[in-house]
Amino acid sequence: MMGLLDHLPILPVAVPMMAGALMLLLKDSRRKALTGLAFLSVFIQFAVAVTLLFMTAGSIPNDWNNHIGVYLLGNWVAPFGIVFVVDKLSAVMLLLTIVLGICALIYSTAFWDRVGIHFHPLFQFILMGLNGAFLTGDLFNLFVFFEIFLAASYGLLLHGSGSRRVSSGLHYITVNLIGASLLLISISLIYGVTGTLNMADLGIKAGMLDAENRKLFETACAILGIAFLVKAAAWPLNFWLPNAYAAACAPVAALFAIMTKVGIYALVRMGSLLLPTGAPAAFGGEWMYAIGLGTLLFGTLGILAEKNIGRLVGYSIILSSGTLLTALGMPGVTLTGPSLFYLISSVLTTGAFFMLVELIKRTESFGSNVLSVSLEAFGLEEDNTSDYSGDVVGVAIPAALAFLGLSFFTCAILIACMPPFSGFVAKFALLSSALELTDNNLTGPSISAWLLVIAMLASGLATVIALGRSGVRLFWNSGSLQTPKLSIREAVPVSVLLFSCIALSIFAGPVMDFLADTASSLDDPYQYINAVITQASNKPIIGGH
Amino acid sequence: MEIIYSLAIGVLAGSGIWLLLRPRTFQVIMGLTLVSYAVNLFIFGMGRLSVGSPPIIEAGTVVDVSNYADPVPQALVLTAIVIGFATTALYLVVLLALRGLSNTDHVDGTEYNS
Repeated sequence: MMGLLDHLPILPVAVPMMAGALMLLLKDSRRKALTGLAFLSVFIQFAVAVTLLFMTAGSIPNDWNNHIGVYLLGNWVAPFGIVFVVDKLSAVMLLLTIVLGICALIYSTAFWDRVGIHFHPLFQFILMGLNGAFLTGDLFNLFVFFEIFLAASYGLLLHGSGSRRVSSGLHYITVNLIGASLLLISISLIYGVTGTLNMADLGIKAGMLDAENRKLFETACAILGIAFLVKAAAWPLNFWLPNAYAAACAPVAALFAIMTKVGIYALVRMGSLLLPTGAPAAFGGEWMYAIGLGTLLFGTLGILAEKNIGRLVGYSIILSSGTLLTALGMPGVTLTGPSLFYLISSVLTTGAFFMLVELIKRTESFGSNVLSVSLEAFGLEEDNTSDYSGDVVGVAIPAALAFLGLSFFTCAILIACMPPFSGFVAKFALLSSALELTDNNLTGPSISAWLLVIAMLASGLATVIALGRSGVRLFWNSGSLQTPKLSIREAVPVSVLLFSCIALSIFAGPVMDFLADTASSLDDPYQYINAVITQASNKPIIGGH
Repeated sequence: MEIIYSLAIGVLAGSGIWLLLRPRTFQVIMGLTLVSYAVNLFIFGMGRLSVGSPPIIEAGTVVDVSNYADPVPQALVLTAIVIGFATTALYLVVLLALRGLSNTDHVDGTEYNS
């Protein structure tokens, strides 16, 4: 018999979908009902995500195989029907998504949910797509959820309108539509070769291919890898990112912080499941490592050259993608745990930073974020004054400037991975486990480990320089600073995100243990595969349970 | 049949990619459409090409499945068509918005006069 708890895995998709659908029936003028519904939905999702996390950790008793929850949609057996699978990695990503989602939602109620129509339904649909992408165990279903959150993200990126948003939105949509085509080509090719779309089943079937089909399969995986790398903003597929993210309004950009990590998640998941069959190069291994290094270099140069603080945060997202790809591309799994820790920390930080940037922009008179030389050289003019949200938001909270300065400082430390916060813990763990990795024929750390260390430290240094420079220009330029009006609804989410980073550094021990557990279960994909396949054999094909 | 089919996919994809690389938004959306046609045909072809074979097996009969067409790619292609149609419609709106806001149909929203 299925207990009520066994139905939990469907809720992260069903709840936002129903909430979003209900919201479409309400007029945008009924803001109270809309926001009430939105908060109800996100808090249910939060509770579900926390419960699922405890269930996969085994703290809540369940009869799941290896604490991996498998949910058969429509009770169709696994290789034929679509399954949702909750393991530790999925549960962590779900929780991360909804924490970021709640903060972005609180922030948006101060101003942004009023500037255009259908903000709240789109917000729910993007959550639905993200949750679904983290949960699904079916390759084609993964594509569908990708499309759901991307479609919602197109709408949210354009939210607030203005020519800058529309023009960067056009590029963003084009890139993602081409990515979707690649995804479709690879998924159908994989189906054509292996005859299955179930990711667990794929882990078994891919190993049994003959040489000719194996070649086709690896081609398909390479295309799949490219599609995921576009999403993950890996160099050279990431030129769309800084403009698109800088153009999006603050709460949306904050939510976008996790969207690149969906690509990383998909790479990790597929890489893990294809591990026993000898994963094709795109999923882990030398290629991912090289691409990661390229991304790090691109991000480092970009962050040094960038003067617009919105785009600066975009480059810091690219840096975090680069760090993750490089670390995950290293041989073995010792780096996976620390990488996941870094992922959590960087998502929370960049999310907070995107919101903070908008608040900081209220303090500046035009041009203070641009080097005065280049201001003259390029003849820049002020744009998008219509976006200025300070007048509408109203109540000024005391010591706003101190709050902003302190938050900016914390953010900068977190992004640059300086002590004492979680960014440092993550990077330290990454570096130390990279150096512990020994090559087979060498006694010391391998060259790739050293390259990783150098690239990460260099990118950290570049981030310190870039953020220090903007910090000085933003807060210490004499005379032209206005005391900003801040709403408590804008200050709270930023502080929540930053405090969760601080909590992450305080409880680094248990979190790291859990993530190391996650990494070791990723290294043993048969746990996942068995959970899905045995679930199938327990159930009759026709009829209930 | 296979050779005609793959040629059709190749021609559609090739023209689509060429159009995608053009600077006008209308050319880009035509390119995207052609590419998505090619992709849809490709998905369909992954179920192996056959003529006149039904995709649904009648209940209760024992049959040789090789006489039947694979229904999964047909389901996939249907989903892909719907999603592609919706995103193309959305793209069209953004395209028109950019045309209205920037007074040009260049993808960057500005003309580069050389």
